[in-house]
Amino acid sequence: MLADEGAMVVDCWKICIAQISPKLGNIEHNVDKHLHYVSEAKSRQASLVVFPELGLTGYQVQDMTLDVARTLDHPQIQVLVESSRDIDVVFSCVEETKHHLFHVTVVYATKGKIAGIHRKVYLPTYGMFDERRYFAPGTSFRTISSHTVGDVGLMVCEDAWHGTSPYLLALQGANLLIIPSSSPARDVTDANYFGSQKFWRELLQVYAETYGAFVVFANRVGVEDGISFFGGSGVVSPEGDWVLSAPTVTEGLYDAMIDTRASRRARFSTPILRDERPLLVARELERIIKTREESER
Amino acid sequence: MRPEVAQRLSINAELAQDLLKGFIRDEVNKAGFERVVFGLSGGIDSALVAYLAVHALGKDRVHAVLMPYETSSPASLSDAREVVDQLDIPATVVSITNPVDAYFQNVDNVLGVGASSLRRGNRMARERMSTLFDFSAYLGALVMGTSNKTELLLGYGTQFGDMASALNPIGDLYKCQVRQLSRELGVPDSILNKPPSADLWADQTDEKELGFTYDDADEVLYYLMDLRYSQFEVLELGFPEALVQAVMKRVMQSQYKRKPPIIAKLSPRTVSIDFRYLRDWGN
Repeated sequence: MLADEGAMVVDCWKICIAQISPKLGNIEHNVDKHLHYVSEAKSRQASLVVFPELGLTGYQVQDMTLDVARTLDHPQIQVLVESSRDIDVVFSCVEETKHHLFHVTVVYATKGKIAGIHRKVYLPTYGMFDERRYFAPGTSFRTISSHTVGDVGLMVCEDAWHGTSPYLLALQGANLLIIPSSSPARDVTDANYFGSQKFWRELLQVYAETYGAFVVFANRVGVEDGISFFGGSGVVSPEGDWVLSAPTVTEGLYDAMIDTRASRRARFSTPILRDERPLLVARELERIIKTREESER
Repeated sequence: MRPEVAQRLSINAELAQDLLKGFIRDEVNKAGFERVVFGLSGGIDSALVAYLAVHALGKDRVHAVLMPYETSSPASLSDAREVVDQLDIPATVVSITNPVDAYFQNVDNVLGVGASSLRRGNRMARERMSTLFDFSAYLGALVMGTSNKTELLLGYGTQFGDMASALNPIGDLYKCQVRQLSRELGVPDSILNKPPSADLWADQTDEKELGFTYDDADEVLYYLMDLRYSQFEVLELGFPEALVQAVMKRVMQSQYKRKPPIIAKLSPRTVSIDFRYLRDWGN
């Protein structure tokens, strides 16, 4: 298959997920850890390595936000962008814009440059979560094109709990959905998975099968003041199989092969995406929004 | 307990243990400590904490302190010793009889009136806390708490006494879950089978003092707290009104015990109000 500008997206390539435990607020330490795993992923001949949400800062930065926020041209960000010369790197930080908005941002770096970023749109602020207190929401879902791995859709953790996010990305042609996350372990029952983990596994399997795309879940591990992040990262194939299931709780680099031909087969066998009716959806949404506005008046 | 609630509250012991192992290791290491110390009463909660700590850190990084008062039941001390022997952990026995008696000899005299059981019980709990934090400094060990979720929610504990700790691995486990996990981790039968007691005075049992059983409390708390049912919705399920009201009243009236001291806000930025950092800050 030929991609833009003649670069080759190969049929089969290796992905690595760095299921790390960042040190809260210690960017220097976390950058080193990222570089270590980038280099390890390169030695495994991976084409892409994915890090969890806020891997550079830790999750509950709260009032440390001001201290750990970085503009994308900051040397600590650029050193990671640089590390993407021979391998695509997806990593996440607290981004500060020139207007001093603070975002939970995921950077897609390839060939030593930033190919695109995604700013977390849905900031959970309920129950144990308090993100909207500190962060500004992103405003779009746009696919990113990588000459190495094709069209990629990024979502950050909670983004993926909104069914419309993968829908928008799939319609734009994403064949790989990547979800860097900091999802806490909660709801221990008699089941083999944490309640939160069970939900993730079912949800991502549905997305993979519905859109005939590979779905990559990169979740952190470690503990922050009593909250444990469960890990359990993995890759779901377009047929809905978890082709990689990383262990819970343990830090490490985990890899899987992505066979892009699986998307081709799945989208032909179950062409849900082909049969989507975006115009109908747009029309209906417009009507629904109008009706809701009127009823709230 | 209703089968559907029992089923819902039963936990995958391996998964829970993995999480708690990670929690103990991670938090102890981040706080810069080598070991943990805790009071071992002979009851089920502290026994479970002992087993979890050994699983997480190994027996040499764990220290148990047995702190009997002269009226404590002899079975408590022998049950605690059985845990120490079974886990083969370092332990120290520190009697709290002398300091507690010395205090009340003095204060009863000053006040001209003998202390109530409640005051004596609170003093014992705080004497134990005080001893543990002294051992914390002596051993370079973090103090582990042994209050379970049922006790914390009902406020069935002494503020700045047994409720005080640096780290509590079982604070989100209901009593029935503590029992289940303890069984699966091999806590001795003599501890599993005896009625829970704070053992602050003779023949005291928790359930007698509370006026309802832990199983009843767990069920009602599960609906009220975990599932956010209203009291009315819980009554609709057929739970007795007296029970639901008694549980709810205890939870509300003890909220102060679960909070840090309240601070009057004057400045733009106030500790515990809008000065927000995790304890992990800088670790």
